[in-house]
Amino acid sequence: MKTLILKEIDELVYGSMGIIIFISFFIGGVVSIQTALNITNPLIPRNLIGFATRQSVILEFAPTFTSIIMAGKVGSYITSSIGTMRVTEQIDALEIMGVNSLNYLVFPKIIAMLFYPFVIAIAMYVGIFGGWTAGVFGGFSSSADFVEGLQLDFIPFHVTYSFIKSIVFALIIATIPSFHGYYMKGGALEVGKASTTAFVWTSVVIIIVNYILTQLLLG
Amino acid sequence: MIEVDNLHKSFGESHVLKGISSKFEKGKTNLIIGQSGSGKTVFLKCLLGLFSPDKGSISYDGKIYSELSASEQRNLRQEMGMVFQGSALFDSMTVQGNVMFPLGMFTKQSKSEMQDRVDFVLKRVNLVDAHNKFPSEISGGMQKRVAIARAIVMNPKYLFCDEPNSGLDPKTAILIDNLIHEITQEYDITTVINTHDMNSVMEIGEKIIFLKNGLKEWEGSNKEIFKTENEAVTDFVYSSELFKKVRQMYIEERN
Repeated sequence: MKTLILKEIDELVYGSMGIIIFISFFIGGVVSIQTALNITNPLIPRNLIGFATRQSVILEFAPTFTSIIMAGKVGSYITSSIGTMRVTEQIDALEIMGVNSLNYLVFPKIIAMLFYPFVIAIAMYVGIFGGWTAGVFGGFSSSADFVEGLQLDFIPFHVTYSFIKSIVFALIIATIPSFHGYYMKGGALEVGKASTTAFVWTSVVIIIVNYILTQLLLG
Repeated sequence: MIEVDNLHKSFGESHVLKGISSKFEKGKTNLIIGQSGSGKTVFLKCLLGLFSPDKGSISYDGKIYSELSASEQRNLRQEMGMVFQGSALFDSMTVQGNVMFPLGMFTKQSKSEMQDRVDFVLKRVNLVDAHNKFPSEISGGMQKRVAIARAIVMNPKYLFCDEPNSGLDPKTAILIDNLIHEITQEYDITTVINTHDMNSVMEIGEKIIFLKNGLKEWEGSNKEIFKTENEAVTDFVYSSELFKKVRQMYIEERN
């Protein structure tokens, strides 16, 4: 089981780092530029760019936007891999051997996804770094203003809130696609349909849970 | 020995098995034959414990499956080996990984003991150079042999095969049939094979059950099947031109 968990951490968490870093960097950059371009009033301080980037990335872009991306990448991988095992009778083979197939296939994925908050932490860091890069090198803000904005009115609970959300989203990303893969019926075409359905449902549930958690934790 | 008594199984309105009773003896290759939709696969899945019968019982050496606790059922399943129609090898594992998998899950053998056992069974199925290949890198016949090796690696008491030679060329199909037959006798296993390949019936059918519309229509050996007057069986057996000619020759010889 230990080997399986490590393999899943490699596949689901470590294997997603590249795309997460890429997306976070550019999303942070875009948030920074959009904020700068919308400040037309000279009375609004330039440190708002750093402040808005920090708040947007920590509160929503890192945990929620990244989770939607992960629902597509990791979720469809989970559904299609388990679904293919169902179609090719590999799950039946496990059952006949006396292996609890649900436990064997799904449990390591759930444990592996508990490392997901580390991905979110990196997404936060890279997103803010992307915002700083775009703000400073795009000529929208000085580095000092941006860093001042980052430190302005910082509420540590916002990071906790973000990590709480990411743990809940991790469980959603691991379980809903597993359900759609494990209980699917049919052939190769149905594997594709199950992956699409799993992505849609995972995204919908993430959006709804995001609303509920925000209301509960920050409301 | 596996004893099946009055087995019924339905899916919604569809009554697939309508009261099948039979005995599958130890050390013999038992074949289940019949047309597509006759209930062969459902019958085999009931024997494997993948489907629960609606009525009737299945006993394995006197132990009635439905009366066993969940852990006893799981233990019994470890005494079963299964060769699937599509081999059902784990794509992410090498040939060696596939065969070693049950040993790693259910025994406390050391790595070297497991390796010795894997080497032995792979040699037994005539696969010596494929240890580190993935299922996608080997032929269909080799995949079947790996599936047989995986099925026998735990020294099972019961071996089940679902169309073990489908999709194989006639020569490889005969090799696979003979391999299953040899292993059955060598290890004194109760083997049940689901097939509609008449070559298999002729080669290794020590006991044959013919299913039709969820009922046992006929039972006998490969010697008896060509002499039976049962119309459903003769329709099935002599559906190919080759077997029609064989029968014609047999009748002419008899007359």
